[in-house]
Amino acid sequence: MSGCARRCKHGLVKFALSVSKLVTGTLIKDRVDDDLELSVVCHRPEGLEQLEAQTNFNKKELQVLYRGFKNECPSGVVNEETFKQIYSQFFPHGDASTYAHYLFNAFDSSHSGSIKFEDFVTALSILLRGTTTEKLEWTFNLYDINKDGYITKEEMTDIVKAIYDMMGRFTYPAMKTDTPKQHVDAFFQKMDKNRDGVVTLDEFIFSCQEDENIMRSLQLFENVI
Amino acid sequence: MAAGVAAWLPFARAAAIGWMPVANLPMPVAPTNKNKHQDELIILNVSGRRFQTWRNTLDRYPDTLLGSSEKEFFFNEETREYFFDRDPDLFRSILNFYRTGKLHYPRYECISAYDEELAFFGIIPEIISDCCYEEYKDRKRENIERLMDDLEDNKDSKLPNMTFRETMWRAFENPHTSTMALVFYYVTGFFIAISVITNVVETVPCGSMPNQRDIPCGERYTEAFFCMDTACVMIFTVEYLMRLFAAPSRYRFMRSVMSIIDVVAILPYYIGLVMTNNEDVSGAFVTLRVFRVFRIFKFSRHSQGLRILGYTLKSCASELGFLLFSLTMAIIIFATVMFYAEKGSSSSKFTSIPASFWYTIVTMTTLGYGDMVPKTIAGKIFGSICSLSGVLVIALPVPVIVSNFSRIYHQNQRADKRRAQKVQKARLARMRISKSGSSNAFVHSKRNGLNQSLELTLPYYKMKLSPQGSLEEDQQLKKTTSLLESQHHHLLHCLEKTTNHEFVDERLYEQGYLQTALQNFPSQSPSLSSEEGITGTCCSRRTKKNMQPLSATHTHTHNLQELSALHIQCGEQQPLNTSRSSLNLMSDESGSLNCKSSGLVTTAIISIPTPPSNNSRASPDAPPPPNPDAPPLPNPGTDVVKISAL
Repeated sequence: MSGCARRCKHGLVKFALSVSKLVTGTLIKDRVDDDLELSVVCHRPEGLEQLEAQTNFNKKELQVLYRGFKNECPSGVVNEETFKQIYSQFFPHGDASTYAHYLFNAFDSSHSGSIKFEDFVTALSILLRGTTTEKLEWTFNLYDINKDGYITKEEMTDIVKAIYDMMGRFTYPAMKTDTPKQHVDAFFQKMDKNRDGVVTLDEFIFSCQEDENIMRSLQLFENVI
Repeated sequence: MAAGVAAWLPFARAAAIGWMPVANLPMPVAPTNKNKHQDELIILNVSGRRFQTWRNTLDRYPDTLLGSSEKEFFFNEETREYFFDRDPDLFRSILNFYRTGKLHYPRYECISAYDEELAFFGIIPEIISDCCYEEYKDRKRENIERLMDDLEDNKDSKLPNMTFRETMWRAFENPHTSTMALVFYYVTGFFIAISVITNVVETVPCGSMPNQRDIPCGERYTEAFFCMDTACVMIFTVEYLMRLFAAPSRYRFMRSVMSIIDVVAILPYYIGLVMTNNEDVSGAFVTLRVFRVFRIFKFSRHSQGLRILGYTLKSCASELGFLLFSLTMAIIIFATVMFYAEKGSSSSKFTSIPASFWYTIVTMTTLGYGDMVPKTIAGKIFGSICSLSGVLVIALPVPVIVSNFSRIYHQNQRADKRRAQKVQKARLARMRISKSGSSNAFVHSKRNGLNQSLELTLPYYKMKLSPQGSLEEDQQLKKTTSLLESQHHHLLHCLEKTTNHEFVDERLYEQGYLQTALQNFPSQSPSLSSEEGITGTCCSRRTKKNMQPLSATHTHTHNLQELSALHIQCGEQQPLNTSRSSLNLMSDESGSLNCKSSGLVTTAIISIPTPPSNNSRASPDAPPPPNPDAPPLPNPGTDVVKISAL
């Protein structure tokens, strides 16, 4: 008898719950969503003096950079989606999302999934004000997708394909399917000195230092800020 | 490029270093910031209220007043600020547009004042962001409609040279245009009223003869009523014939609802005249007289409200249909249930299911006559459920109809959906044009030969160019691009160099490939163009050599394709002679170039690889032989430049 009564109570409770859910609808779900919203990360960077010491920028430049950064990302961090969107706006012709993905991984040195202002400014400092070796190291890091210290042909093909994707469809001459591959072959021929199929950091730096074009173009963006 | 992310351009340019090791071609020179002022605050004084912002913020949108040099016209030397004699409240939204990249429309502002401000500051209203765009469009539409209505009211002045027929038609449609029309309007209205009242009074029992039962007035004063009827019908007939005569399109008039009502209103009389007093048909004749009541619909010509009601019902046809359908379903269900519930009880009025329909309808509409009531308990339970659900089913679609009516009444119903679609399409088209303007800006600036003057590895060329080229370059720079744009274009140019392909217009891309079949070329040497396209660096030289023998034949057609594409494009661009000449300045052919030769010259240039430090001929199979028109082919000192795709 008691078992029956218990089952009855159970059934009654369930019925009452379903009726109450009918009445309140999805209001409870909304409240849960609200809680989630509040836990969004909000990050503030370290002080201006510290950043100035850590990077090669002066205070005014850091101010300009931070203003731009904060304008697009009021919460203080960039996640991958926003990063891709921002980067794609500079290349309206094609699809910049793959390359932006690799860039994001290169910027996000701590692999936290989001770029803080410090990461941003550190990378920019290397790219704009660093020595040639530092720039080449950074580029090697960009190409080395799995960060194992070697650039394989597959990784390079991915990168080159991503760059070609940014061009879009309407190019002259028209894009062919094996253009990236040929480009990669040319690259490997130049870079891979010992012909072992992978490019190490030293090979990379050495080969790039040999090539005048590359050296010259690395100095291209000195006056960007 | 959305200028909202202009602040990230330095980052995008820095990230371009990632392309450098992969690139085979030398990169173009970066545009320098000539007046390298630090980012400064500028003061905008709008009718006394001072706004301050960074100069860079305003430079984000160079095609507006504040972003271009047009604001210099408003610069006040003494106070060193820009003074605008405009509304400071509206200026807030405009300045916020520069700051955030989104243009908002404040709801409390007048729509035409807002439009004027936008027009003054050179901002197109289509970029109002989505949160405010609907409101803006609605207000704008209302405003336009109101203005149009006002216009129409003033349009009633008599136009000259209207024929008699047109005057009559206008008189019929707008009674207040002339006195005659007004008189006609009131007379017909009066007679419609008379006719309707007559029909009603005809059936009232008049005082009776003492020894007879009450007879309706119609039978007592037959002649009087007959005379009245005749008079009304004559007036209606005359009116109908006059309208028919005056109508611009008689066929359309005859098909319109109002004319059908007219016809139906007067037809019974004539049919009655024609028919004799035969007993058989008099029954049918009596039925016909019912149609006389349609005369009351003639009032809708006189009343705007009635017409709107008609429109509403027509437009709510789907809701009405839904109401009818759901009612029918409910009626059938409940009638069946009630019938079977009441089957048991004796002397029940629920003799069949159709007989129960009457009960169900009366109960669901909460009329409750009480002529049929359930007697069993089951019947009573189902009867109460029936009446509760009736309230629900009927109450649901009715508010929709009501709101429809009010909306139509206030907005003078138009085909809203159709117009919204058209507007949306037009808006999207305009936004696309302004967006593609920025992405095409790069291609356009290439066409103007701007970028080619920024070649990196051409010291000799630059020396040669400097006396005459720099002037042109400066002028063009001043004319067209802002620093931001030139930096962005430089970035895209670097990408082109890295991948060895160029951006072209969609149009040109398709044209180039559509017309390949039509063109024949004298066969150039198969080595002329490269395997894939333009390759011309020291690095690819090796690969070119390797691949030459293999791909000689199959690239032949390819070469033709590309050459012909070039030729076509060249042919189209002939009018742009000046830019072409600046492009080909270095090949010692200044001035007007023969198009064909310039086309060929360009192809020649394509295959010559570049850096002056390397040995002269790219490969032994380089082009000069098939190129008779360009004798002084670039000697190693003068390198080439990139070929514009045009």
